[in-house]
Amino acid sequence: MTSAAAPERSSKLRIRPAVSRDLPALIALDEEVTGIAKRTYWKETFQLYGARRRVPRFFLVAESDGTIEGFIVGEVRAWEFGEPPCGWIFAVQVRPGTRLTGTGTLLFGALCDAFRRAGVQKVRTMMLRGNNLVLSFFRSQGMMAGPFIELETTLD
Amino acid sequence: MRLQKATSFALYAVLELAADPLRQLSGTDIADKYGISAHHLAKVLRDLGRAGLVDSARGVGGGYRFIGNAKRLTLFDVIQIFEPVASESAASHDSELETDAGHALHIVLNEIDDHAIATFRSITISTMLKLIARRPWESAAKPAKSAGKAASDR
Repeated sequence: MTSAAAPERSSKLRIRPAVSRDLPALIALDEEVTGIAKRTYWKETFQLYGARRRVPRFFLVAESDGTIEGFIVGEVRAWEFGEPPCGWIFAVQVRPGTRLTGTGTLLFGALCDAFRRAGVQKVRTMMLRGNNLVLSFFRSQGMMAGPFIELETTLD
Repeated sequence: MRLQKATSFALYAVLELAADPLRQLSGTDIADKYGISAHHLAKVLRDLGRAGLVDSARGVGGGYRFIGNAKRLTLFDVIQIFEPVASESAASHDSELETDAGHALHIVLNEIDDHAIATFRSITISTMLKLIARRPWESAAKPAKSAGKAASDR
């Protein structure tokens, strides 16, 4: 509950689509945050969401002075259990040292703009309920509980 | 889900004071706005003071002001000052856990509680103030537009 001085956002921060040369930095940033290197996963995700854009899929990065400060990935999903098309966010990361400077908000806003251009009016996401950092971030962007309930079972 | 009166009063007070941390308000000002007991609210404000969330100044022009961090303080933080949150309060009676049905019911109730806790933990006072400013309840009654044609034609 104590307040700490927030780092300042670089004025050079810009949001743009990810390109292949970003991959090493993206993989490193994700590993820095999660502690798990997922090179194959991110290469495949980039192929699906960054390189080919025939379908509404978006892989955006926040870059400042050549450094990747964060990224966000999403797509338009349609008619899952009868629900009309909606924007779906399934990854967002911001470098720990530059959090609370609005980088995540810029990424989220840019992705929402892309979803709007794709013609959808709802944005959804799903995460572990224990992931309070990201859950709080999405709450701060105005997201609230939606109409879905996530269920799972353990396969024997 | 219902919160105890003291908890609701505390949240009203925190939200009212956090909306402008430089402003001082008396307990009566807050009680009048929300139509609640000033006497009861005074006790709640004392508890919030002991928790380090509000500061009070006596005398003319005195009152309470918010001294917490609205971007860090969550609903959960405030609620747990006044009442046990979800799982703690819903701890089943020992007798209920002596039966299979009791165990099964316990699992379902815990599932609900876990969601409630995650919700309270993820919503900061700052986020609540944004929600209040957006006033989504005013647009909730308006009919929703149909999904965009461009997307539905994919």
